[in-house]
Amino acid sequence: MTVSQSDFTASMLDPAASVPSGLQNPDGAAASKRFNVYRNNVAVSLSDALETAFPVVRKLVGDQFFRAMAGVYLRKHPPKSPLMMFYGAAMPQFLSRFEPAKSVPYLPDIAKVELALRHAYHAADTKPLDANALAAVAPDALMRTRLKIAPAIQTITSPYPIHAIYRANTVADASKPIMQPEALVVTRAGFDPEIHLINAAAASCIDALAQGQSLGEAMAVADDTLDLGATLGVLLAQGAVTEIY
Amino acid sequence: MSNATKTLVLASAVATAVAGLTTSAAAADVKCFGVSLAGENDCAAGPGTTCAGTSTVDYQGNAWTLVPEGSCETMELPAAADGTERAGSLEALERDLPA
Repeated sequence: MTVSQSDFTASMLDPAASVPSGLQNPDGAAASKRFNVYRNNVAVSLSDALETAFPVVRKLVGDQFFRAMAGVYLRKHPPKSPLMMFYGAAMPQFLSRFEPAKSVPYLPDIAKVELALRHAYHAADTKPLDANALAAVAPDALMRTRLKIAPAIQTITSPYPIHAIYRANTVADASKPIMQPEALVVTRAGFDPEIHLINAAAASCIDALAQGQSLGEAMAVADDTLDLGATLGVLLAQGAVTEIY
Repeated sequence: MSNATKTLVLASAVATAVAGLTTSAAAADVKCFGVSLAGENDCAAGPGTTCAGTSTVDYQGNAWTLVPEGSCETMELPAAADGTERAGSLEALERDLPA
């Protein structure tokens, strides 16, 4: 009995496909029942994984929509890695092109937030810098100072109120979202990731710092809506700065 | 802004940021395993980190109409500046139908 891996994969991802040729049950006939059980379990387990991975997206579109959307996603983007905790990385791009979801235009950015939270959870642990070390740098040297940013830190900028939408769907008594662009930074001070509302200028400043640009360069990247004190405050309070150099 | 002004802005921002930090050392946050109630464990870790049952059935894409019906319906976000329509639309899924 031989079955090619490509035949097996193709049949596994297509509910209408017949059993791959060569796959037989003990009686020597096509193992259709067995294969159907296997095929069903692959689809269900990947759908369940996506449900766990994107609880707010699911809440926004409802269970039925999510299951069907997951069914399309898992066939288009089967896992490339055995690490299920990272499954769903293509969800934002997928959702932005998924016609039935077009009526919820902020959905791809909410998926980005959920991916970032998961990435932050699994990011390497780091030891936060003692803020006094930064305070001790001479004012003249500050402009050239670079900050090493923890790997859990990610910024997301959106034309939609993603921070408010995320909170409205996860926190009881959260205020109602107002239609406005929002940016947020994902941090992980201890074990659990958190989101913090910032603005687009702060997001570009944090991105510049994370890419190894100096404080002076990162200041120049952002426009004058940047509140540098508040931005550095969030980074230091969240243990996002691990080193200065 | 002159360089001297920028330096000043930066120095005061750093001072503000450091002064704003509460001195309370982060409470020792200990990760607890095995204490969550069934179905209430922390989901932050994502999929692949818990055991899921496999007794459910995968639904075909055409079993129902594909309309978002979750809390997005009750969010009442006004239309975007470009007038993008936000009302749910009745669009059946035309992919992955059984032959």
